[in-house]
Amino acid sequence: MFCLIAAESAIFVIFLVAYIFYIGKSLSGPTPRQVLEIPIFNTVCLLLSSLTIHLAVRSLQRGSSAAFKLFWFLTLALGTIFLFGTGREWHRLIYGAGLTISTNLFGTTYYSLVGLHAFHVVAGLLGLAIVMLLALATKVTKEHAEHVDVFSLYWHFVDVVWVVVFTTVYVVGR
Amino acid sequence: ILIVMVLFLSSARVIHAIQDARKPDGANEVTVVGHQFWWEYRYSEYGFVTANELHVPVSDRVHPTPTFLTLLSADTDHDFWVPRLAGKTDLIPNHPNKTWIDPHETGLYLGQCAQYCGTEHAKMLLRVYVDSRADFDHWVKAQQQAAQLNAGMSPEATEGQKVFERTACINCHAVAGTIADGRFGPDLTHLMSRDTLAAGAAPNTRENLRTWIQNPDTIKPGALMPAMNLSDKEFDEITAYLLTLH
Amino acid sequence: MSSNSLPIPDAIDSAKPTSGEARLLETLHECVITVDHKRLGIMYIVAGLIFLLLGGLEAVIIRIQLLLPHAQFVSPEVFNRMFTMHGTTMIFFVIMLILFGFGVYLVPLMIGARDMAFPRLNAWGFWMSTFGGLLLYFSFVGGDGLYGAGTAPDVGWWAYAPLTARAFSPGHSTDYWTVALLVSGFGSVAIGVNLVATILSMRCPRMTLARMPLLCWLYLVMGALLLFTITPLTAAQVMLMVDRYLGGHFFDTQAGGSAVLWMHFFWIFGHPEVYVLVLPAFGFVSEIVPVFSRKPIFGYPIMVAATVGIGFISLSVWAHHIFAMGMASYSNAFFVLTTMAIAVPTGIKIFNWLGTMWGGKIRYELPMLFCVAFLFQFLIAGLTGIMLGSAPFNWQLNNSYFVVAHFHYVIVGGILFAILGAFYYWYPKVTGRFLNQTLGLWNFWLLLIGFHLTFDFMHFAGILGMVRRIYTYEPGRGWEFWNVVIGVGTLFQVLGLSCFTFNLVWSYFHGRPADRDPWDGWTLEWATASPPPEYNFSVLPEVRSARPLWDLKHPEDPDWKYQ
Ligand code: HEA
Ligand code: HEA
Ligand code: HEC
Ligand code: CUA
Ligand SMILES: [Cu+2]
Repeated sequence: MFCLIAAESAIFVIFLVAYIFYIGKSLSGPTPRQVLEIPIFNTVCLLLSSLTIHLAVRSLQRGSSAAFKLFWFLTLALGTIFLFGTGREWHRLIYGAGLTISTNLFGTTYYSLVGLHAFHVVAGLLGLAIVMLLALATKVTKEHAEHVDVFSLYWHFVDVVWVVVFTTVYVVGR
Repeated sequence: ILIVMVLFLSSARVIHAIQDARKPDGANEVTVVGHQFWWEYRYSEYGFVTANELHVPVSDRVHPTPTFLTLLSADTDHDFWVPRLAGKTDLIPNHPNKTWIDPHETGLYLGQCAQYCGTEHAKMLLRVYVDSRADFDHWVKAQQQAAQLNAGMSPEATEGQKVFERTACINCHAVAGTIADGRFGPDLTHLMSRDTLAAGAAPNTRENLRTWIQNPDTIKPGALMPAMNLSDKEFDEITAYLLTLH
Repeated sequence: MSSNSLPIPDAIDSAKPTSGEARLLETLHECVITVDHKRLGIMYIVAGLIFLLLGGLEAVIIRIQLLLPHAQFVSPEVFNRMFTMHGTTMIFFVIMLILFGFGVYLVPLMIGARDMAFPRLNAWGFWMSTFGGLLLYFSFVGGDGLYGAGTAPDVGWWAYAPLTARAFSPGHSTDYWTVALLVSGFGSVAIGVNLVATILSMRCPRMTLARMPLLCWLYLVMGALLLFTITPLTAAQVMLMVDRYLGGHFFDTQAGGSAVLWMHFFWIFGHPEVYVLVLPAFGFVSEIVPVFSRKPIFGYPIMVAATVGIGFISLSVWAHHIFAMGMASYSNAFFVLTTMAIAVPTGIKIFNWLGTMWGGKIRYELPMLFCVAFLFQFLIAGLTGIMLGSAPFNWQLNNSYFVVAHFHYVIVGGILFAILGAFYYWYPKVTGRFLNQTLGLWNFWLLLIGFHLTFDFMHFAGILGMVRRIYTYEPGRGWEFWNVVIGVGTLFQVLGLSCFTFNLVWSYFHGRPADRDPWDGWTLEWATASPPPEYNFSVLPEVRSARPLWDLKHPEDPDWKYQ
C-alpha cells in the first residue's frame, strides 16, 4: 500500500506541476479569479471524513462493531457529500461560467487535476461502500482490522492530496 | 571525483561562454522560423524574407560581425544545426530560442534539421552561405527588391503568372510585388537566387522545378505542398514564370 | 561439473505428451490462469523474446534502408514507423519484459520464498504488460480505424509534443502508442510494487538485507525506481489523451500550451527508466562474476551503497537529454554536474567487479564470457555517456548517430550481453538442461563482431554530422562507407542472435542435462532441484551469510566466521 501511494503521489505531482506551470498562462478567459469559489464546506467534509475513518478503524480494533459501522457510514456519507459538491461546482462552471476542459489552459489543467482527485474519491467511495455492505452483512470483524486499516490509509492519502490540490488551485492559483 | 570536478568545471566554463555571450555592435540579426520541412529567414533589419538558404556576412576577429539568430517554430519542434558553425539549438513553438554564429571564412556550410519533426525530417537540409561583406550587401540589395515583372517577360511567363495567381499557389506562397502573399510555403520572390529547391532536396534546375510543381512527392515524398492538377502546358508556363523570379 | 550425478526430478521428461492436442490446450490453459512466479517468469521472458524478434526485424529494415544514400527500400512514412516501433518495442517490451521475467523468476528463489508477495498481482502485471505490447502492434492493423491498411505510430519513441497533437498526427496510431504505454505502465508499476514488497517482506528466516544476494538489491532499487519513473509517464500520457480527445491544451502550443513541458515529463520518466533497465543487468553481472572467479564479490556494502546512490542520482539528471532545448545556463550547468556525478557510483561498481576478478581463478565459461564483454563495453558506453553529459559536447552530438551509438552500446553491449550471460547461467536451473556450448560460442563471437562493427562505427558517422531519424541522406558527406560497415555488422548480429534463438529451442529438448547446482554456485536458487518444484524448497539451508551454499559446501571455512 505504501508503494502504491508512493506511485500515486508521483502521478499527482506531475499534474500539480503542470497546473502550477500553467497558472496565468491561458491566452483567453475565464480566469480562476473570475470563476472559482472556495469550497470551504466541501473541504471540511473531506477532512472530517478522515477523522471518522480513523475512529472507525479504532472502534474495529477495539472490537466494537456497531461503532465501526456508524463511523464508517459517516465517512461514506461525508465522501459522497464531497463528491456531490464537486459535481455542483463543475455544473456551475460549465453551464454558468462556460468553462470546459477545452476552453483554455486553466480549464484543461483545472478539470484534469480536480478530476483526477475526484476519480480517486470515487474509487475510495466504492471501496468504502463494499466494506460497508460487508459490514452490514456482519462479515467484518476484528480480524479484518488490519485490512481495513490499510484501506483507511488510502482514504487518508486521498484527503492529504486534496489539501495540496486545494492549496494549489484555490489559494495559490487564484 | 577529481576527474568529475574537472570535467564539470570546464563544461560550466564553456556553457557560460556560449550561452551568456554578449552581443557586440555590428552584429547581424536574423529570425529563423522552422516549418514542417523548410526554413524561413526573416531579415527584419533589412525588411525582407527568404527561405532555405541563409546568407550571413563573414566576420573577422578585429571587427566581429557575428550573426545572432532568434529561433521560432511554426509547427513542430525542429533544430538548427550547422556542425561547423554552432552546436544545436531547438526551434520550439511558443519557446523562442537564441543562438549565434561567428564564421571567419567565406563559403558554404551544410547542416540539417536535427530534431525529428515529421515525415520529411530527413530532407530538411540547411545551407548557410558565408559571404564577404561586399557580396552580402549586394545580396541584401537584390533580396530587398520586389519581383521584376513584365520587364522583358516572355509571353509564356506572363501566361504562367496568370496561372500561378489563378490557382491555389498564392494561398501558400508569396511573391513580393504581386498579389501572391501566402505564408504557408517558402517565399518565392527570389526563387532563382537559390541553388536548391525545397530545403536542399534537389538542385534548382528547370527540370527539377517542373517536376516539383507537377508532383512534389517525387522529390520529397510527404512534403506539405500538394500536387496541382494542371495541364502540361500550364506547368510549362508556371515554370517559365518561376524562372523569371531572380 | 559432473552432469548426471543427480536424477532430475523434472516435469518435462516424466510427463511425456499422451495425446498431443489435449496436452497443448491444457498447457495453454494453465499459462492463462497461472499465478506461479516461475511460470510467469518464463512467460515474461518468452514474450520479451518474441518482441525482440519483431524489434530486431524493424532494426534490420532500418539498416537496409540506410545502407546506401537515396535508397528506396521503404518509404519515409514506413521508415519513421519502423524506428518508432523499434525504439518503443525494444525498451518497453523487450528489455523490460525480459528483466521482469528474470526478476520474478529469480528473486523468490534467491530469498528462499515460495512465491512473490502478491502472486495474482504478478499475473495481472504480466498480462497488462503483454497486452500493452499487443495493442502497440495492433496499430499496424487498426491505426487508421480498421478499414484499409493501418499505420503504426511514427512520432519517435519520445513522441515530442506538438508532433503528437491531433493537427500533426491524425488517425489513431498515436493513440495506440499512448494507450499501449499506459496499459503496460500499469503492469510495470504492479511489478515494481510486487518486487519491493517481496524483497522486503518475504525473505526466509535469518536472511537479513545485508545477506541478500546483490541481484535482489538491484531488483529492489529497480522496483522502487519503477514506482517513480513510470508514473510521470502515465500522467503525461493521460494529459496527452485529454489533449487529443477532450480538446485540452496541455501541449497545444497554439493556445499557450508548452512543448517543453512534455520534454521534461518524458525525460523525468526517460532517464530513470534507463537505469531501471541497467540495474538488473548489473545484478546478473554481480552474480555471475564472483561465481566464475571463485571469489566472493568485492566490497558488498559499497556495491549496495552505489546501487542506492545511482537510484537517487538518476532521478535528478533528466535534462541532459534536452540540453539543446534552450535552458538557462545555470540549469544546464546543474544538470552537467548531476550527470557527471553518476559516474562515481557506476565507476565504483566497475572497479568492484574488476576487483572481484582480480586474482580469482577465472573459469571462462559462456556466462563469464558475456560478462567480460559486458564490462568492457559498458565502460566505453559510460564514457561516451559522460561525453554527452557535457553540455557543449552535447550541443554538437545531440540527436546524431553518436547518441544512437552511445545508447546501443549501453543497451546492446551492456544489457543485452548481460541478459545473454544470464540466459547461459540460469537456463540449466530453469529447464534442467545446459544450453549448447558450441552454438553458444558461435552466438557469442558472431554477436560480438556484429556488435562492434555496427555500433563502433556509428560513433564515426555521428561525429561526421549524421543526424538520427533520417530515412535517407545525400551522398558526399562522408557517411556512405560507415553505413555499409554498420549494415554488415547488423547482418552478423542477426546471425549471432539466430544461433541464440535456435540454441534456446534445441537445448530445451536435446541439451545436456544439468543437476541442481551445475556451476557450483552459492546462492539459494541452486539449493533446489533444476527445474525447481512448484513449492521451490522443501528444506532451506541455514542462511548465515551472503553465500549460504558456500557455507554448506565448506563447513570448514564458512563465510559467517568472518563477519
Ligand atoms: C540503459 C541504458 C543507459 C545507461 C546505463 C546510460 C548511462 C549514461 N548515459 Fe545514456 N542514454 C540511454 C541509455 C543509457 N544511458 C539512452 C536510451 C539514450 C537515448 C535516448 C534517446 O535519445 O532516444 C541515452 C542518451 C544519453 C544522453 C543524451 C544524449 C542526447 O540525446 O543528446 C546523455 C547525455 O548526457 C547520456 C549520458 C549518460 C551517462 C552520463 C550515463 C552514465 O550512467 C554512465 C556512467 C558510467 C561510466 C562513466 C563508466 C564507468 C565509470 C568509471 C570507470 C569511472 C571513471 C570515469 C569517469 C570519472 C568519467 N545518455
Ligand atoms: C532495448 C533497446 C534496443 C536494442 C536491443 C536495439 C537493437 C538494435 N538497434 Fe536500436 N534503438 C533503440 C533501442 C534498441 N535498439 C531505441 C530506443 C532507438 C531510438 C528510436 C527513436 O529514435 O525513436 C533505436 C534506434 C535505432 C536506430 C536509429 C534509427 C534512426 O534514428 O533513424 C538504429 C539504426 O541503425 C538502430 C539499430 C539497431 C540494431 C541494428 C540493433 C540490433 O542489435 C538488433 C539485433 C536483433 C535482431 C537482429 C533480432 C533478433 C534475431 C533475429 C531477427 C534473427 C532471425 C530470427 C529467427 C531465426 C527466428 N536502432
Ligand atoms: C498547400 C500549400 C501549397 C500550395 C497550394 C502550393 N505550395 Fe509550393 N510549397 C509549399 C510548401 C509547404 C513548400 C515547402 C516544401 C518543403 O520544402 O518541404 C513549397 C515549396 C515550393 C517551391 C520550392 C521553394 C523553395 O524555396 O525551394 C516551389 C518552387 C513551389 N512550392 C511552387 C509552387 C507552385 C508553382 C504552386 C502552384 C501551382 C504551389 N507551390 C502551390 C506549399 C504549397
Ligand atoms: Cu525539422 Cu526535423
Ligand atoms: Cu539519460
